[in-house]
Amino acid sequence: MKPLLEVEDLRVSFATPTGRFDAVRGVSFSLGRERLGIVGESGSGKSLTGRAIMRLLPAAARMEARKLSFDGIDLLSASARQLRGIRGARISLVLQDPKYSLNPVMTVGQQIAEAARIHGGLSAREARCKALEMLEAVRIRDPERVMRLYPHEVSGGMGQRIMIAMMLVPEPDLLIADEPTSALDVTVQMQVLAILDDLVANRGMGLIFISHDLDLVGSFCDRVLVMYAGRVVEERAARDLAAATHPYTQGLLRSLPRIADDRAELPTLSRDPTWLEA
Amino acid sequence: MITIRDLVVSFGQGRDAVHAVRGISFDVAEGESFGLVGESGSGKSTVLRALAGLNRNWTGGASINGLDVAQRDARLPRLVQMVFQDPYASLHPRHTVDRTLSEPLEIHGIGDVAARVEKALVDVGLGVNFRFRYPNQLSGGQRQRVAIARALMLEPKVLLLDEPTSALDVSVQAEILNLLRGLRTAQRLTIILVSHNLAVVAHMCDRLAVMNRGLIVEEMDIATLRREDPQQAYTRQLLLASKGYDREAAARLVTYD
Repeated sequence: MKPLLEVEDLRVSFATPTGRFDAVRGVSFSLGRERLGIVGESGSGKSLTGRAIMRLLPAAARMEARKLSFDGIDLLSASARQLRGIRGARISLVLQDPKYSLNPVMTVGQQIAEAARIHGGLSAREARCKALEMLEAVRIRDPERVMRLYPHEVSGGMGQRIMIAMMLVPEPDLLIADEPTSALDVTVQMQVLAILDDLVANRGMGLIFISHDLDLVGSFCDRVLVMYAGRVVEERAARDLAAATHPYTQGLLRSLPRIADDRAELPTLSRDPTWLEA
Repeated sequence: MITIRDLVVSFGQGRDAVHAVRGISFDVAEGESFGLVGESGSGKSTVLRALAGLNRNWTGGASINGLDVAQRDARLPRLVQMVFQDPYASLHPRHTVDRTLSEPLEIHGIGDVAARVEKALVDVGLGVNFRFRYPNQLSGGQRQRVAIARALMLEPKVLLLDEPTSALDVSVQAEILNLLRGLRTAQRLTIILVSHNLAVVAHMCDRLAVMNRGLIVEEMDIATLRREDPQQAYTRQLLLASKGYDREAAARLVTYD
């Protein structure tokens, strides 16, 4: 089967007063109908990789790739019009913070219905029904009431579920989720992940799950890419993450405190300059 | 060292009043490290803010080393200090590290400022060449070290920590947790640590209380947490959910009111 997404030698750089800064340095991977995790610390380039696939980079960024293709469409040569048809409708992006991603002057219902009208081509009435259905799917109690609320009237956890509902309304083929559950309590996080899990299993959606949380990615995804300083330093099946061989991945895993252990001192990471090139 | 009795904290008035903390009591012994664990909205940070004197709108009893927190005793700031979650928000962006660390000394009329600032910088592992930098020249972990140094300037006996590592990368988290453990021993600190992360609490504390919706669900020692043997169903669920994703466990989650 042809992969849903192919990325080859993706590079993103920024011009700075002190010269060019390479934020993503030759990332390659392909994605099927699966859950792919990208883990790394801040500055590793994981979020920029996700945004580059959407072709949604800051104006100052320069992007190159040998190949960037989604379901047979070359995203590198696609026109702005083609990209608008893909974004939201076929590839959706969920960001970390609902405070900045929801429109503060539209009610929750209006925003979700708008996504359904624009990307799904539904009538206003159908869009409303669809919005209600999606809010139920993300386990929001009393969705009729929540539809009438403004974003500032809902909690962070609920805002995040509303965003996920909005992104799923057009039934995308690929969902890029950038730290979608970091602001959530662990129990709500589990429920949100279960929703994503079911979408991958039942609808054959592809999922890129970007996170700093190694344990979460290890337990949730099928496959994991570990990024460091703009490169993929390790790729593994998620269930084998504990057997990681790259010293960076090993160092990260060791530096996590765990409930059962009683180490007095946590090993800290000493960054080896050779990791930049390896 | 710390005694809290029937603490109630509410926000707002009349019908819109939110009871963030609904009557809790606990004690922390001298030199002990006590964890307050719970999900967002459980009231754990609200308890800490009341203890620190940042919120005066509460009823019940709270005393630290015999001083009544409600009386706003002038000796309290020298006894209790606090470190906040977000080091990007808790340092004044236009004050140098030197000014940030000197300010508490000047307010309390303590001399020998330069030597004390330099010692504090060494104690938190930064070194004296950080003294005249601005926060925007520091990484998140370095900023959190400055925030910890500031809290220690008045040589307090009690340190209140509100999610001190949850805004940091895991490798930096390990460094800050090691630093806090070292300082606790060196300066014989009594600590209350608020966190949603059970593993961080297991690493840092001797005992903990689990909160939900403004009430303490249960108290236990760390050995009980390590054995994963809590009494209450709420705590067992929290423990299960913090161990990573499990589709079947997700389906069984219930909401506790």
